[in-house]
Order: sequence, then C-alpha cells, then structure tokens
Amino acid sequence: MAFDGAVFEAREINAWRGDRHILRDVSFSVRPGEFLKVTGPNGVGKTTLLRVICGLLPAETGELLWRGKSIRGRRDEFNFELGHLGHLNSLKGDLTARENLKFLAGLRTTLTPELIDQTLDRTGILSRGDLPSRSLSAGQKRRLALARLLLADAALWILDEPVTNLDTAGIKLVEDLIVEHVDQGGMVIAAAHQRLLDDASCLRRLELEP
Amino acid sequence: MTAVRTPTLAAVKLVFKRDLTLAWRRWDEVTQPLIFYVVVTTMFPLATTPDLSALSKIGGGVVWVAALLASLLALEALFRADVEDGTTEQWVLSGQPLGYLLLAKVAAHWVLTGLPLVIMSPIVGTGLGLPTSAWGVLMLSLLLGTGTLSILGGIGAALTVGVRRGSVLLSLLVLPLAMPLLIFGARAVAMQMDGDSPAGPLQLLAAIFFLALSLGPLAMSAAIRISVEN
Amino acid sequence: MWTWFHKLASPPHAYRILGNLAPWFGWASLALILVASWWGLVKAPADYQQGDGFRILYVHAPSAWMSMFAYVVMAVAAGVGLVWRIKLAHAAAAAVAPIGASFTFLALATGSIWGKPMWGTWWVWDARLTSELLLLFLYLGYMALRASFDDPQRADRASAVLALVGVINVPIIHYSVDWWTTLHQPASVTKLDKPSIQIAMLIPLFIMIAGFQLYFGWAVSRRLRGEILRRERNANWLKEAS
Repeated sequence: MAFDGAVFEAREINAWRGDRHILRDVSFSVRPGEFLKVTGPNGVGKTTLLRVICGLLPAETGELLWRGKSIRGRRDEFNFELGHLGHLNSLKGDLTARENLKFLAGLRTTLTPELIDQTLDRTGILSRGDLPSRSLSAGQKRRLALARLLLADAALWILDEPVTNLDTAGIKLVEDLIVEHVDQGGMVIAAAHQRLLDDASCLRRLELEP
Repeated sequence: MTAVRTPTLAAVKLVFKRDLTLAWRRWDEVTQPLIFYVVVTTMFPLATTPDLSALSKIGGGVVWVAALLASLLALEALFRADVEDGTTEQWVLSGQPLGYLLLAKVAAHWVLTGLPLVIMSPIVGTGLGLPTSAWGVLMLSLLLGTGTLSILGGIGAALTVGVRRGSVLLSLLVLPLAMPLLIFGARAVAMQMDGDSPAGPLQLLAAIFFLALSLGPLAMSAAIRISVEN
Repeated sequence: MWTWFHKLASPPHAYRILGNLAPWFGWASLALILVASWWGLVKAPADYQQGDGFRILYVHAPSAWMSMFAYVVMAVAAGVGLVWRIKLAHAAAAAVAPIGASFTFLALATGSIWGKPMWGTWWVWDARLTSELLLLFLYLGYMALRASFDDPQRADRASAVLALVGVINVPIIHYSVDWWTTLHQPASVTKLDKPSIQIAMLIPLFIMIAGFQLYFGWAVSRRLRGEILRRERNANWLKEAS
C-alpha cells in the first residue's frame, strides 16, 4: 500500500473556544513517512488542533491544505483519506466486535470477513470477535477502535491520546502500527502525553505553548 | 490506497441495518411508544363519553394527536447514544454524505415506531367509533404524516441532543411545525367519513412529505454538525 | 460596497452606528404612532357594520404584519449568520426574537379584545388569530432553544437552523390554517377581517405600520447594542472605550 505524495499543511491556524483564543497562528506541515507528535501542557489546545484538522471545529482564520490544495469545500474528499481516533471509541455496546467494525469501518471501505478477522488478529482481539463490545475491557475496546482505524485505510492518521487505557503490550502495538503506517508512506499526527516513539527517526515534534 | 470505497447506497443500507439490529436487541424499548399510543387513545372516551357515535366525530383527530405524541416521545433519544459514544463524529468524518446517513437512521426509526402506529390505527380507531370505511384513509394519512414527523423530529432531535429535559423542548419545537400535518390528516379522515373525497388533504400531506424528504437531510446534517462541533 | 458591509459586520462600528440611529427611529416612530392613533380613533369614520369597536384594527393588523415581518428578518439574519459565520447577524436574530414575539402577543391580545364585544367570547378560532398563535409558539420555541445551551456559539447556530426550518413552515402553516377555518363556513370571510375598505381607513393603517416599523428599528437597535455589549464584554475595543 503506498500513499502517494500527499502532504498535509496547516497555515496560520487561529481558533477560539468560547472567548478563549486557543490556537494562535499555528503552522506546520507533515510529509509522507512522518510522525508529528503534538505536545504541550494540559489545556493548551492539542485536542482543539486535532479537531480543527478534522473539521470538527472551525478555524477562524488560516488554511488547511491537502495535496497542495485547500480543503475548503472538499471536506468529504479529504475525510475519506483521514483516519481519526479520538478520546471516545465510537463503539456500540450491544453490537459484537465484528459487527462494530462492519457497521462503522464498513461505511468507508468495503470489508470482507477475512479482512475483519485479519485486523482483529493484528490488534490482538480476534478471540473476542463475537462478544458484545460492552463486555470488553477498556484496553480491548481501545484495541477495537484501533482496528477500526486500520480498516479505514487512510493516508493521514489523527490520533488523540491513542494509548489511553492500554497496557505495555498495547502501547507497543500502537507504536508498531504507527511505524508500519509511516513506512508505507502514511502520515500520523498524534497528541500524546506519554512517551510514544520518542526516539524514532520519523518523529517530529510540535510543541504548543499557552 | 488499495481499499475499495464503500458506495453511498451501501453505506446508507449499513446504517439502516445497524439501527434495526440495535433495536432488535432491545425490543422492549420499541414497544413503549405503541403502548403509550393505546393508553392515550383510551383516555379520550374515559374523559368524555362511551358513546361511539359521539366519539367518532373527533375520532380521527384523537388518533392523529395520539400518534404525533407517541412518535415524539420516541424521537427524543434518536441521536443521543450515537453522539455520546462518538459514532456520530465518525459519521461526519466518514466521507459519506452525512444527510443520507442520518436519513437512513430516521427511516429505521420510522419502521420501528411510525409503521407500528399506522398498523395499529384501525384498532384504536375502532375504539373511537371510526367505521371500517375510514381505515384506508386513516392509515394512508398516518403513513405520510408519521413519515414527515420522523423527519421533522429528526431535525429537532439533532438540534437538542445533549440538552437537559430535551424531550419537552423537542415537543415544543416540533409540534407547532407539525400542526399542518394534523390539520390535513385528521380532516382527511373526517371527510372520508362524511362521504367527501379526501384526495385534497391527502395530496397536501404527500407534498409536505416530499418537501421534508428533500430538505430534511440538509437541516439534520447541519444540526448534527452543530451538536458535534465543540 | 463590500468594505461598507464588512465594517457594518464589525461590532464596534455597528454599536456606534446603531447608537446614532436609534434616537431618530425612536422619535419618528413615536410621532407616527401618535398621528395614526389620533387618526384612527378620532378622525376616521366609524364602520357602518362594526361600529367603533373595529378601531382596534388599527393596532391589530399592523401588529400581525410586524410579527410576520420580524420572523422573516430573524430568519434572514440567522441564515446569514449560519452561512457566512457572521456573529453580528446571529446577535441580530437574537435581538429580534423577543420583539417579534411581543408583536405576536399584541396581535393576539388586540384580536381578543376586538372579538369580545363582537361575538361575546374572548377567543375565536379565526384564521389570523390561529396563525398568530402558532407563530407565537414558533417564537417561544426559538427562544427556548437559545436559552437551553450554555455555549453561545451552539445556541446561535442551532437556533439559526430552527429559524430557517420555521420560516419555510410559516407559509405551510398559514395555508393549512386558512383551509381549516374555511371548511365549516365556506362562504364566510375571516372573522377579524377589515370591514369594507375605504381610502379613509387605509391611511391611518399605513401610518401605523410605518410607525411600527420605525419602532421595530428603534427597539432592535437598542437590543442589538445590548447583545453586542454582552457578547463582546471581553473584547479590547470595549475596554478601551470605557
């Protein structure tokens, strides 16, 4: 899988939350093969920035460019190449793990049972495939959310605190997935408190200041 | 990318199927509006008179009011769970036209709530003295009316997601907008019973339904984006 | 032209301009309303059918007209705010709502007062009164929705969607209520309709409408200034000015 030549660029992004001017003239770019880690103290605007990139929050001024062209008016196209993992796992408790993937990841890409099984295996929850997701542990639910992200087959990953609720093995899984993704030419933008691939060569940092 | 993009129609069907699946696993919740419907229509004879011929004069109207109230009761929670667990956010980000996904959800909701009300209407109508000859018009008018109401209610539910005491607010917002449906629907039944042709109001109900069908998804998707953007 | 528009959409400019305009609106409206009242109450001839009671028409009809006008203004402002994300437009919609609701209430009250001596009841399910009642519900729903959010942005945008859905519905509601009232009395005229029109009656009516429009301008200017103050309370331009 090669994600060809896509570059994501943010120029002079300004965003408010209510009355507070949270993001001031934030600019950066991410190229294929890069992992951009967004850091900063609590409340500085990491989640806000990620949500602005996804279009879940409006930016008062500034521009977002994908493949060199502004995203404005082309949101759906951009969204298809974007994979988002937020604070919430977006799981329905009454559906099984497999069904959750079928009904959510399946909205973006056509899924086969083999592909679903493969992905559940990769994230280490294949044995839980037919259990209702409410009976999964917090860590397993996070892994299921990661499975959904994998199935999206998106070039740009936006991860907000991806290792929440994960044990050491889970953190290693996230790191492996990120490395695999960028090795194939994908891009990752992640907001994380913890150590996450801090020594990797593909890592670049964006430190937000209050 | 080697993955095949899901066509919009397939995505819409997935959403529809998902909601039916979810409802099937909690089917006791699905029957509640129906029971409410029967209870409310029972209140009218008890409040006025057991005389069926007197009741039949307002029977069509009573069935309609009860159907509107029962539908609204069920609509309040339409989007709540999906917004709370983050699914709606993923739909916004899915690259599929949001309006159609939401319409699929509303359609599933209608099949689970509106359609049973329509099917039960001859039964509750009989309790209010409505003759068999009125059943067809009653059901057809309710079919169109509950369909439109599901869409209007979907817009209202999308606007009021997460608001405390949202169900009262939802009714306050949606009922005034639903008054034309009530006027045309109840009147169609009465006209049928009087021997006049109910074609006029039925056609108007159909026109309103198609208007709602075309503009509803736009309004719902705008409303959902507003609820999710924060 | 666009620079003028952009300037207008900036809160400090709007605040200043509205502050200058408001007194003009206020005095002109007072003058016109007084003239129209005198004309309607004193000078215009009594109607041969309804006697003097009909004179309340001179308040009832303009109020009803204004209630509709205000709703359209509110919806347009809300739409502009939603599509072009102009905060001042949202503020304008918020300012207009209670004023429109008051006109609606006035129309209902005067309609009721008109009806009592004519038909002996305080309420009549006449087409106009029923439409006004439903319009009042739409206003109240709009204001209730606004009030239910803590986040002002969400309040603005959600109520804007509601106002637009409402404005599309208003003609449908009107038509359906009209249809509903004519069913039992196919040949009758709207009960609270104007008696046979003479020019002498139209003049005070138009003057009153003009007076109400200016009152609307005055009231909205004042409310909008209040809204601007409230929304911009942390802004620099306000701190510098005071």
